[in-house]
Amino acid sequence: MTNFIVPTLAQMNAEGKSPEVLFWVGCAGSFDDRAKKITKAMAKILNHTGVSFAVLGTEEGCTGDPAKRAGNEFLFQMQAMMNIQVLNAYEVKHIVTTCPHCFNTLKNEYPELGGNYKVEHHSQFLNGLMKDGRLKIEGGQFRGKKITFHDPCYLGRANGEYEAPRELLAKLDVELKEMRRCKQNGLCCGAGGAQMFKDAEPGTAEINHIRADEALATGTEIVVSGCPFCNTMLTDGVKNREKEDTVQVLDLAEMIALAEDL
Amino acid sequence: MNYISNFLFLIALVIAVWFFANNVGQIRKNINLGRDLERTDRKKDRLNNMLRVAFGQSKMQARPVAGILHFIVYVSFLIINIEVLEIVIDGLFGTHRFFAEFLGSAYEGVISFFEILAVLTIITVVVFWWRRNVKKIDRFHKPEMQGWPFKDANTILYVEVILMTALLNMNAVEANMDGAQHSFLISSMISPMWSSLSESSLHITERVFWWVHILGILSFLNYLPFSKHFHIILAFPNTYFTNLEAKGKFANNAAVTKEVAMMMDPNADPFAASSPEDQVPVERFGAKDANDLSWVNLLNAYTCTECGRCTSECPANMTGKLLSPRKIMMDTRDRIDEIGKNILANGEFKDDGKSLLGDFISKEELWACTSCNACVQACPIDIDPLNIIMQLRNFATMEESSAPAELNAMMTNVENNGAPWPFSQMDRANWINE
Repeated sequence: MTNFIVPTLAQMNAEGKSPEVLFWVGCAGSFDDRAKKITKAMAKILNHTGVSFAVLGTEEGCTGDPAKRAGNEFLFQMQAMMNIQVLNAYEVKHIVTTCPHCFNTLKNEYPELGGNYKVEHHSQFLNGLMKDGRLKIEGGQFRGKKITFHDPCYLGRANGEYEAPRELLAKLDVELKEMRRCKQNGLCCGAGGAQMFKDAEPGTAEINHIRADEALATGTEIVVSGCPFCNTMLTDGVKNREKEDTVQVLDLAEMIALAEDL
Repeated sequence: MNYISNFLFLIALVIAVWFFANNVGQIRKNINLGRDLERTDRKKDRLNNMLRVAFGQSKMQARPVAGILHFIVYVSFLIINIEVLEIVIDGLFGTHRFFAEFLGSAYEGVISFFEILAVLTIITVVVFWWRRNVKKIDRFHKPEMQGWPFKDANTILYVEVILMTALLNMNAVEANMDGAQHSFLISSMISPMWSSLSESSLHITERVFWWVHILGILSFLNYLPFSKHFHIILAFPNTYFTNLEAKGKFANNAAVTKEVAMMMDPNADPFAASSPEDQVPVERFGAKDANDLSWVNLLNAYTCTECGRCTSECPANMTGKLLSPRKIMMDTRDRIDEIGKNILANGEFKDDGKSLLGDFISKEELWACTSCNACVQACPIDIDPLNIIMQLRNFATMEESSAPAELNAMMTNVENNGAPWPFSQMDRANWINE
């Protein structure tokens, strides 16, 4: 049984209401078993803070990001136009998403095609709630734990956001150990640019194994990220190094939900 | 006698400048073979970026050792050029140390400062040479650096040592002459080396160093357009015309937007003849060859100084894959150069059966990119290899349908059920009740 309430935009619209923010779940967040846990954690936090939100549910479709990065501009724009028609029909103004790829595409590539919204990554949105006093975070079970943060490329370098996730983590009273490569110089997890959906080209190592090594070198107990794909890649990397019993890979939303016992 | 040397100098100067202008003009022509791209907006931000990144070298300092060493050579280059101006004036008008009478007693201080910079440059260049040839730093020895690029890098270092040595010794020889009027900090220390020469030999030696120095500079000037060292000029326009948008924002293809809008317009008549003004020549989607890229991509290619910071930060390259962002830039430059020569020889481009994608850059390189922007972030002068990779992917996917099979499967899923995996759109909200 679920312990959260998630209205769809269609339901709210039928009741003549409109939410403060649309939670864009994304394909991974909707279908991937691991990523669904992140989605649920986010839904719990939103319920907990009392923010009025809704999801598109079955009316949501891929933003087109993987198609565009795989070179298929045509398919990308088809997806974008369909999504923009739905979003504009509901007069959506504000979007929050737990996926940096959806975030980047909605924020940067939709406006020229007629989709103009305030788009935030969940680290930015939750950080905003925290600063407004609507979300109170205490360390809870993570107080004093050693953690490291992996910057998702499409949040960090692609959009220059390095501080929002770190400010949230600071509220959890964790001991943040930065990796050798972090922020602007952060190393990719290996999934971007549609790599998630294909095998890697021949090489001498896997990118996610190297990144897991860098995370493990900090002596971290938890590897935190803010991207469902980074999460998958780093989880695999940690498993490959046989450290999955001692090192967890968690999303920012999961950290906050767990700290608040949601 | 004096007039002959003035005349010889004038000829050398005119020839050097003429050749240089010609070769720069050819590069300019080659860059303009690229597609149009609007990069003249936000002039203030552009100027700021150029001052910060090119003039102020802000991104160089991400690697402090190379950053500081490079800064020394850069500052020396800018400042010692003031003395080159004096040498040119002296050469043309037969004057000697033209600036001395204007600067008076300050002249010795100024030239002494130049001499200190010359010594620092020699030391720095030796360290650079050591890093490249003895310490063999990995990024200088990647496959694309074999042959000419490696020789090019060392040639630049040798020439710089020759130029600085000539400058110092010219002053040192002069210090031994009868009635020498000036004494400068460094050359006065090495002047005893030349003290055994007779007065006439001193005069000849001083002239030899003077000519070696200035002819060296004029030759080096003409070496630039053929060398990676051309970045000393192009870094400035390159940082001015940089991408000012978020790095994650990839351009939307306007031709595609038009087609998609038509497809989604219920009132559009698919059989209607298009109006004459719509009859634009069909452009290919994406880029197959170097001249399908934008002029900014081509400017990037000529600006690249092959330092390899991009490649050393590239996740694909560090895991042993073929992709090297630096090679993308070098290939683009080599290919557009080839196209430029082809046009020069034939009046117009004559198909040579080659293209950037395929003959220079392989599909394997293309598909290894994670689009993480590490290369773009790493470049000290704002070169964007990722933008070229994405345009080549556009061509491979949309014109050739040659994307890897797994990506085609992913795209079929997106097209059919709105997700990269084969799950039904109707199941999208199932997580709520699970």
